[in-house]
Amino acid sequence: MENLHKDRGYKDEFYPPMPTRFTKRIRTNFLVQVYNFFRLNYKIMKIVIKGHS
Amino acid sequence: MDVLVLGAGVSGHTAAAFLRKKLGKEHNVTVVSPSLYYQWIPSNIWVGVGRMNIDQVRFKLDKVYRKWGIDFKQAKALSIHPDGNNSVSQGFVTIEYTSADRKGSTEEVSYDYLVNATGPKLNFEKTPGLGPANDTTVSVCSYDHAAHAWKELQKVIEKLKKGIKQKIVVGTGHPMATCQGAAFEYVLNIAFELRKQNLSHLAEITWLTNEYEVGDFGMGGAFIKRGGYVTSTKIFAESILSENNIRWVKRAGVQKVEKGKIHYETLDGEHHSIEYDFSMLIPAFSGHDIRAMDKQGKDISSKLFAGNGLMLVDAKYKSKPFEEWSIEDWPTTYQSPGYDNIYATGIAFAPPHSISKPMKSKNGTDIYPSPPRTGMPSGVIGKVVAQNIAHRIKDGTNEHKHTASMGRMGAACIVSVGYGIRKGLGATMTVSPIVQDWEKYPEWGRDLNATVGEIGLAGHWIKLFLHYMFLHKAKGYPFWWLLPE
Repeated sequence: MENLHKDRGYKDEFYPPMPTRFTKRIRTNFLVQVYNFFRLNYKIMKIVIKGHS
Repeated sequence: MDVLVLGAGVSGHTAAAFLRKKLGKEHNVTVVSPSLYYQWIPSNIWVGVGRMNIDQVRFKLDKVYRKWGIDFKQAKALSIHPDGNNSVSQGFVTIEYTSADRKGSTEEVSYDYLVNATGPKLNFEKTPGLGPANDTTVSVCSYDHAAHAWKELQKVIEKLKKGIKQKIVVGTGHPMATCQGAAFEYVLNIAFELRKQNLSHLAEITWLTNEYEVGDFGMGGAFIKRGGYVTSTKIFAESILSENNIRWVKRAGVQKVEKGKIHYETLDGEHHSIEYDFSMLIPAFSGHDIRAMDKQGKDISSKLFAGNGLMLVDAKYKSKPFEEWSIEDWPTTYQSPGYDNIYATGIAFAPPHSISKPMKSKNGTDIYPSPPRTGMPSGVIGKVVAQNIAHRIKDGTNEHKHTASMGRMGAACIVSVGYGIRKGLGATMTVSPIVQDWEKYPEWGRDLNATVGEIGLAGHWIKLFLHYMFLHKAKGYPFWWLLPE
């Protein structure tokens, strides 16, 4: 059977990094994401407050 | 004093809300907008994939303005007369009603201060064959366009379910279109929905863009600290596309659209075409067709507007090479240089130049993104202009106490990658400042500590949270003024 991934190393779309299974799991891990929700909101608020005087 | 706001989008609505809050009842605030509705544009993406209906992203303005004591006229502006005419010396705007009861009738609305927040004209005509009116490509730039896009996408999904392969093309529909972020969200949401229905293997999805590199987003890209390296948003954006099996065509300026075929030119001067069964392409933006007239009725539009119909403000418009661009070119008060009682906010102001480096094809076609000015900067600019006008009226000075330069303010862009409370995804991207400051940050152009690019469920929650928060604010619910722009 033909392996469609055989020429991956020669295609533009496969040069960027691809997430591993672990990375994908972390993206939807509830506890990690609750922490990220507050961390990212804090970062956004800092930008908003700094943005206009 | 009479303050007139043209437009009730993110910027105009914010300006009107703060003007009303800051000014006493002895001053009048009037809003002129051709639509009866306020729409929260970022959520149109979810209308376009059937995750929200149009009533979840819009509400009627008249009720809110009645509560706030703002005079609302459902009409479009035809002409601005900053010096009045032979009968009156006060400036006025001629408007034409669009509401069902007064459709077509005109009125002259006088003002002491004018805020032009008319947003972009979706200029589909600049690309022959483009747009819903030609029954070719769809758009997600307004709630009705997004609802139409969802209707058309459903037809594609039905065909996929029958095992018929489909070609989907999403991106920019003009060589100098902007708003890549919205199109990027839409292509990722389509991929997400198809994957959920196990239909991905039958769909060939292409991201077609005028960016020099994917991830430029009209702001010259950005650099992010990640995994011990500083990497470009090119890597970030290409990684998301690859992960979702979306191929990309970059440096492409769409020239013409036919039913089932898109023709484009690339920076190397070659002409190509790509076939599609479903396509969403962002059109070029321009200013609305509003003329400016002097006292005698002579056209003075060039005094108020740039060639693309966007309003001239306190930016440095003198043409200069990319290497000499600086954040000092960008406006801070958004005041018209010709009339000190006229301001332009949001997308209505003419930027001094793009943020992305200008690129020309071998045939002389400009192919690069125009600068984005949506969301956060539009809201911030609207608020700052309102604060300055209120200050001028109350204190009788010409001082601008508040400023907001895109070379100093940051922006957060939350790109939906898929809808779902437990399985949804969003890419959180922040940059500060929006326009690179190469003097302050000589190495990367922006503050690396404030620049973020992350994908996760938290991003989806933030986008959903912002949807409800900004609608709460726009509806004038309790403590709305405490919420940031």
